[in-house]
Amino acid sequence: MPLPRFRYVAPESLEAACELLAEHGDRARVMAGGTDLLLRMKRLPRAGAPEVVIGLRGVPGLDTIRIDDGGLSIGALTLLASVAGSTDVNRLCPALASAARSTATVQIRNMGTVVGNLCNASPAADTATPLLVYGASVLLVRPGGERRTVPLEDFFLGPGRTALGPGEIVAEVRVPPPCGRAGSDYQRLSQRSRVDIAAVCVSTLVCLDRDGSAARVRIALGAVAPVPLRAKSAERVLEGRPPTAELVAQAAAAAAREARPISDVRSSGEYRRRMVEVLARRSLVRSASLAGGAA
Amino acid sequence: MAKVTIDLRVNGEPHEVAVHPWRTLAQALREDLGLTGTKIGCETGDCGACTVLIDGRSVTSCLTLAVEAAGREITTIEGVAPSGTDLDALQEAFVRLGAVQCGYCTSGMILSARYLLSHNPAPTELEIRQALSGNLCRCTGYQKIVEAIAEAAKANG
Ligand SMILES: Cc1cc2nc3c(=O)[nH]c(=O)nc-3n(C[C@H](O)[C@H](O)[C@H](O)COP(=O)(O)OP(=O)(O)OC[C@H]3O[C@@H](n4cnc5c(N)ncnc54)[C@H](O)[C@@H]3O)c2cc1C
Ligand code: FES
Ligand code: FES
Repeated sequence: MPLPRFRYVAPESLEAACELLAEHGDRARVMAGGTDLLLRMKRLPRAGAPEVVIGLRGVPGLDTIRIDDGGLSIGALTLLASVAGSTDVNRLCPALASAARSTATVQIRNMGTVVGNLCNASPAADTATPLLVYGASVLLVRPGGERRTVPLEDFFLGPGRTALGPGEIVAEVRVPPPCGRAGSDYQRLSQRSRVDIAAVCVSTLVCLDRDGSAARVRIALGAVAPVPLRAKSAERVLEGRPPTAELVAQAAAAAAREARPISDVRSSGEYRRRMVEVLARRSLVRSASLAGGAA
Repeated sequence: MAKVTIDLRVNGEPHEVAVHPWRTLAQALREDLGLTGTKIGCETGDCGACTVLIDGRSVTSCLTLAVEAAGREITTIEGVAPSGTDLDALQEAFVRLGAVQCGYCTSGMILSARYLLSHNPAPTELEIRQALSGNLCRCTGYQKIVEAIAEAAKANG
């Protein structure tokens, strides 16, 4: 399976990369690890493949995990493997570290990036749901160097479609500081093992008040809608109340009602919906107990 | 479209090669440098037959562009044995414990195992199996491969 022909450019700054992307428009693609892009190019009919590949590897300073103001930023070239192994990520965003560890294979985690995983905009992207529950946003750069921040929730528009405008590139993904008594968790189900793309994935976050009621609840579902999705009505079932087993079960059932799964090779829609309920319950129980609450 | 001249550092030796930008590292190693120990199976990142180390990390060379590997330290199966007549501990254990049948997966298995042992010198059986999640073998059923890696880890330790 040879790659189609293309021109390869390696700009030395993000601004230069944006200019190149704007100049070549739809004929160009940005490349981080290339594990999605090159695979897609091998599979695409020649006419559909990009003519120019803009490699980001030559841009310095993108391979970083930074803590600022108590929050976390992950650069555009930071590997899934680095995120999975980072003590900072494991401490501040354990569900993200767990999701990064569950993505693909050892080799692909040594090549692929978290930002690439987001920009590829697969509904099943492993790192999308944990970042949604942590309230992450992406920092975009456009030609001229202007920057804007987009909440991750507004970034995904459909399978393979994002809010990236012409010439825009993601510089980093940012996670705000965690709330006080917080617990979070990632659950994933696939046909055989973690090498398979997830059939369903669920992330949850529970922040507890001093009185033990859930001040903030976040539930995000993957692979059960055209985009990774927040289950907001399920979150409202729990917010302001103590996370008892009964309420957690009600919230999980609400999450399953919010899913809009399709049937495909990985799973039937009906099975996916039932599994959302199971995984959401499991995940909420775990998040609540990590936060120090009951359930 | 013009070829680009790049410097590929393979097993400690520099090589100047002229490649098209769409040439994968697997193709460049096998066809331009004649290092056919790196195998090509699926070409889609799933089977791990093409695994090599770049700057010490295991990657699938079928999804790596040769131009992006330029200037970095590449290790292939040809660079694993300490000399033309000796094998390293992993190779030794694979041979002794029957972890090689047709051999097609072996180069990739050895390099994945080497990567594992480089950051985890005493892995558990589960850790060994997880480290091989990106390497498929159609012959051995994995058991002997897992045993060989455990054995080599003991020999090293
Ligand atoms: C064998 C195999 C198994 C896999 N298993 C999984 C899995 O289990 N779960 C999973 O979620 N994924 C999986 N993937 C998909 C892929 O590895 C991940 O999505 C990975 O995180 C992509 O990162 P990358 O850096 O390689 O992206 P690339 O391929 O470099 O880029 C992906 C897309 O994002 C765009 N892009 C990249 N960076 C930027 C940027 N900074 N700004 C704007 N656009 C950008 C590219 O143009 C491209 O369209 C698998 C892939 C393979 C080959
Ligand atoms: S040939 Fe590269 S992973 Fe199969
Ligand atoms: S020995 Fe034949 S594929 Fe592994």
